[in-house]
Amino acid sequence: MSIKVQTLLEAPHGAVSIPPEQPLSSPTSMVTFEAVTKRFGGADDKSQFTALDGIDLSVARGAITGIIGRSGAGKSTLIRLVNGLEKATSGRVVVDGVEVGGLSENGLRDLRRQVGMIFQHFNLLSSRTAFDNVALPLEIAGLDRQAIRAKVAPLIDLVGLGDKSDRYPAELSGGQKQRIGIARALATSPKLLLSDEATSALDPETTQSILALLKRINAELGLTVLLITHEMEVVKTIASDVAVIDRGKIVEAGRTFDVFTGAKHETTRSLLSAALGTNLPDWIRSNLKPQPSAGDRVLVRLIFFGATAFQPLTARLVTELGADVNILAGTIEEIAGEPYGSLVVAYPADPAVRERAERFYAATGLSTEVLGYVA
Amino acid sequence: MSPDMLFNLLLKALGQTMQMVAVAGIIGALIGLPIGVFLATSGKGELFPAPVSNRIIGAIVNAARSTPFIILVVAIIPFTRLVTGTSIGTYAAIVPLTVATIPFVARLAEAAIREVDKGLIEAARAMGATPLQIVFKVLLAEAKPGLTLALTLTLVSLVGYSAMVGAVGGGGLGDLGIRYGYQRFMPDVMLAVVVVLIVLVQAIQSAGDALARRFDKRNRKT
Repeated sequence: MSIKVQTLLEAPHGAVSIPPEQPLSSPTSMVTFEAVTKRFGGADDKSQFTALDGIDLSVARGAITGIIGRSGAGKSTLIRLVNGLEKATSGRVVVDGVEVGGLSENGLRDLRRQVGMIFQHFNLLSSRTAFDNVALPLEIAGLDRQAIRAKVAPLIDLVGLGDKSDRYPAELSGGQKQRIGIARALATSPKLLLSDEATSALDPETTQSILALLKRINAELGLTVLLITHEMEVVKTIASDVAVIDRGKIVEAGRTFDVFTGAKHETTRSLLSAALGTNLPDWIRSNLKPQPSAGDRVLVRLIFFGATAFQPLTARLVTELGADVNILAGTIEEIAGEPYGSLVVAYPADPAVRERAERFYAATGLSTEVLGYVA
Repeated sequence: MSPDMLFNLLLKALGQTMQMVAVAGIIGALIGLPIGVFLATSGKGELFPAPVSNRIIGAIVNAARSTPFIILVVAIIPFTRLVTGTSIGTYAAIVPLTVATIPFVARLAEAAIREVDKGLIEAARAMGATPLQIVFKVLLAEAKPGLTLALTLTLVSLVGYSAMVGAVGGGGLGDLGIRYGYQRFMPDVMLAVVVVLIVLVQAIQSAGDALARRFDKRNRKT
């Protein structure tokens, strides 16, 4: 296990754009999008809708990469370009060295057998039992009954539903249906798993168990996972890399922890504040002033991560400042396996106090942000 | 009429009706079902996109379905004669019955297939299924309860249509009712015919419902 963890940590990270002259097969990326544009609708400009606009993105091999955006941002279209369910209007989508746009129908079917997909509404056949649903992709690939049986049973065990093989989807809960969906997606031993809002129809507890299963599959089978979601919680929990998509454009991309802790784009910030609980209470926000007047207090957001997350800094801050410190909002989270804390504090905006504070921040390496002033 | 005679008449008529319904039903379904599949999958952007053929066949199906059955029987007499060598009798009656069944089955089958969740088609495509595999492994399998009910409705309608083919000497229960019950003023024959028809239709419907319920795994509860 420790070896696996190590290889995961060493796996190349970072969803970065790559120049088009790079060779198709890359040792580090499973999927690359190069200047991909997708337009829907008629021939004239007015009836056309641009779903994706110049997407450059690379999905690291062996990693779990999340693409997050609001509904209508283009993420469903983006994921469907990977297995050719949609075709790009321009640009290239390359999956493990193969350009999807250049494939014939037959080539596309071969590719799809190497790329599993799970769906928000599970899309299980109601007329088939759990076992036969998992068997479907193997039947499609033309395996004989014996080979299918040998393949399906371990997969149903892997997703923890060994005793539900003979049940029909109508007899299973949402979480169980998604587990069968995952087993089905793994049936053809794919190298890439696409997840289309796989947990959006599930309650928070079931979501966590499905995410844990995906994480385990990623670690144990070394399967690359590309997931789209509108829930920051999902990305925060399992994705090592993330890309934020807004109105058909990638607005921010990189390692999840970096993007979350250093969010620059407005969309990222608004998606984040809900997930991280870093919103200020309304009564404070409405009283916030940009400039201090005498006797005001300054509001500062302290961000802890890495080494600072484990030190008793708040207690020391009070001692160092020699002034009252109020805690107004705060949260401690784990992002992509790393601790992250955010604390909003208020103390007197007196220059002497503030100077002591700045010295303390510099000495400890705390990252801070002045939010404003309150009376 | 003696009960014995009535019984023999009824038995013969029931045999003719069942023969007409069965043969027309089977041939009609065998031809109508593929047409229904085509109608359900050949629209723009669907599995076998052929929008022009889809519209032409759709129009033919509509035309056939809007022709009153008794007029269809008379109108296709030359075709009937070509197929069976005669234009009267039970065999001759099967031809217009079949011709009327094909578009009926086609439309009902199309509706049943269109009921199948589009997400399942997408999932099958994502697995690398060919369009034909999607038809057989997904669409027909998932639409089985609906198709069973559609075929049941077809058989019940055929029992009704078969009563009209007495006009071309097709025989059967409807013909018996008209000739004896109505034209010869024998209310007991009419009553017996009606009772047998009711029992026949009930039997077909119950059998169809039971079969459809068995195929339908959607409402099972744990």
